[in-house]
Amino acid sequence: MKHLKIEDLHVSIGDREILRGLTLDLPTGQVHAIMGPNGSGKSTLAKVIAGHPDYTITSGDILFDGESILEMEPDVRARKGIFLAFQYPSEIPGVTIANFLRAALQARLPEGEELEATEYYAKLYEKMDLLEMPRTFTSRPVNVGFSGGEKKRCEILQMAMLQPTFALLDETDSGLDIDALKIVSHGVNSLRGPGVGMLVITHYQRLLNYIVPDVVHVMVNGRIVESGTKELALKLEAEGYDWAQEPEAVEANA
Amino acid sequence: MSEAQTQLEIDREKGNFRYDVDYEFDAGTGLTEKTIDYICDVKGEPDWIREFRKEALKKFEAKPMPTHWASVDLENIVFDNIRYYLSQGQKPKRTWEEVPDEVKKTFERLGIPEQERKFLAGVEAQFDSEAAYSNIKEAVGKQGVIFVGSTEGLKEHPEIFRKWFGKVIPTGDNKFSALNSAVFSGGSFIYVPPGVKVSHPLQAYFRINAENFGQFERTLIIADEGSEVTYMEGCTAPKFDTATLHSAVVELVALKGAKIQYITVQNWSNNVFNLVTKRGLAMEDAEVKWIDCNIGSRLTMKYPGVVMKGRRARGEVISIALAGDGQHQDTGAKMIHAADETTSNIVSKSISIGTGRATYRGLVNVPRHLKGCKNNTECDALLINTNSRTDTYPAITVRGTGNACQHEASVSQVSEEQIFFMQQRGLTEAQAMSLSVNGFVNDLVREFPMEYSVELKRLIDLEMEGSVG
Repeated sequence: MKHLKIEDLHVSIGDREILRGLTLDLPTGQVHAIMGPNGSGKSTLAKVIAGHPDYTITSGDILFDGESILEMEPDVRARKGIFLAFQYPSEIPGVTIANFLRAALQARLPEGEELEATEYYAKLYEKMDLLEMPRTFTSRPVNVGFSGGEKKRCEILQMAMLQPTFALLDETDSGLDIDALKIVSHGVNSLRGPGVGMLVITHYQRLLNYIVPDVVHVMVNGRIVESGTKELALKLEAEGYDWAQEPEAVEANA
Repeated sequence: MSEAQTQLEIDREKGNFRYDVDYEFDAGTGLTEKTIDYICDVKGEPDWIREFRKEALKKFEAKPMPTHWASVDLENIVFDNIRYYLSQGQKPKRTWEEVPDEVKKTFERLGIPEQERKFLAGVEAQFDSEAAYSNIKEAVGKQGVIFVGSTEGLKEHPEIFRKWFGKVIPTGDNKFSALNSAVFSGGSFIYVPPGVKVSHPLQAYFRINAENFGQFERTLIIADEGSEVTYMEGCTAPKFDTATLHSAVVELVALKGAKIQYITVQNWSNNVFNLVTKRGLAMEDAEVKWIDCNIGSRLTMKYPGVVMKGRRARGEVISIALAGDGQHQDTGAKMIHAADETTSNIVSKSISIGTGRATYRGLVNVPRHLKGCKNNTECDALLINTNSRTDTYPAITVRGTGNACQHEASVSQVSEEQIFFMQQRGLTEAQAMSLSVNGFVNDLVREFPMEYSVELKRLIDLEMEGSVG
């Protein structure tokens, strides 16, 4: 079992502190959900773990199986096994899904070794079938002209192909209708297993009906304020986030 | 076939080597009438060429540098320090065995004999001023296709050569066409008889080996009625500390219903001033298509043109320019509509990296009295790193009614979010940039023949590796 540990993490962008002492332990084999109101720092957490250059870590640490990854470039973290399914993935004009994924897999091979094309396409088609994507999808440029649902499905396809150790799913449910949500959830669920830890970031409880978490964390103002079982998500759905806000934060938000 | 294979791959370092060569003929440095006499004597040229050259020298001297619109970097060319003619002999060899060792080694290292065996109908390999090797496949020669150097062309086939030589691009077109006309040597003369369709490309490879040298090849291609031909040129030079000059003139003539496709992959080292004049004449129902890929050089100024002189003639320029650190690619296209129902298409993509600068200059002219003419111009620029620069100077003059013109231009940037997204998938920053650039030129690369398409990707990878701090 491997662990992704976040220890007392403080993160700022400019002079604004967004994460304020966040601690979390995600082991492989589990799915953790992070819920929280808008602006609580959920997406920041995902981007910081992935190594986005805009954020400054003022204190604390992120440990991948005991090793700090703070000094690592985003691509080194990715090759180590950290995957971020983006809320708003970028377009790459002119680069097809098939070529993009091939380049990403090739980047994981030792120098001089070539990706085996037949195996690659077999695996790609298998994962696309799982996500109910037509074969023609492979020749479309990455995210260019995609609907919201197609973008999310494409993110999960990349996750399925890259087989990360820790997957961070940032608002994967946003912009999905119920059918797309079912397909995406089915894809994610089929990737669950003892070798992977998932962190599902969401604003709504809805997604957690389909991707049932082992642990639910409530995040408010840059901190985890409560952790519990999946029933916690239902409580949030029924009662909103106000109960979980710290008194001074409620004031600040008012 | 997968798309990755259709991406171009060129190795920027591939040409950076040099073997010592003893030159039998050397016109020395500087340019005077004596230089011209030397070249004419060595080549054994007829008098009309000697006069043509001397007339051109006067025009060259009289014309100012075009720095009122072009880069002032041109001022750094010291014409007195340049060697205008260097060769080991005039007669190109017909087999590689006969080519002198050090020259043969050079072309072998560049992969020319291998490419010839694989897919070319004929090859001319120019080493400094003269072709060291020239050969055409027997089957193609039997169809009556002529593929020789310019000197041999003017001596052996004067009846065709003289009719068109200097007619598409007059000597005084610009300062550098005048310079080329004064001291030209090498380049190809091609004639394709009526109805003959040359199935495989003819290729010329231009190699600069000597320092402080000027290469001035002259190419004339005539496709007779209903014929078709594809010509490809490649070029490299070692990296010298001093500037090298390459100034070619290329004239194409597509007679009624003929098609000429001319493909350039310019990969000069970063000390080369590449100042080239290229123009094609398209008669009735004829088509001239330039595919122009500029990767190397210090400064390139090149605006391939098509004069559509016959009804329903078509002209096309497809170009890719990549300006790395310290480079300036000043490229574009000229489309002169001179008959009814003529159509032209320009698609230009440029990539500027770091301090690199890409400039597009276009000229489209449709006069008032013509009917049914169409032009489409698309210029897309991609910027990488904030200090890179791109300029677009389109000059489109479409007069009269019943003519249509469409112009689109875009500038995009490889954004940090895009790079982060790709890095998150495991690509290094350089790999991510390289993939973005390949994506940007992807639709144009499909236009390149497979054989060349083995090359641009590697080059882009190398450029990107160099541009990541």
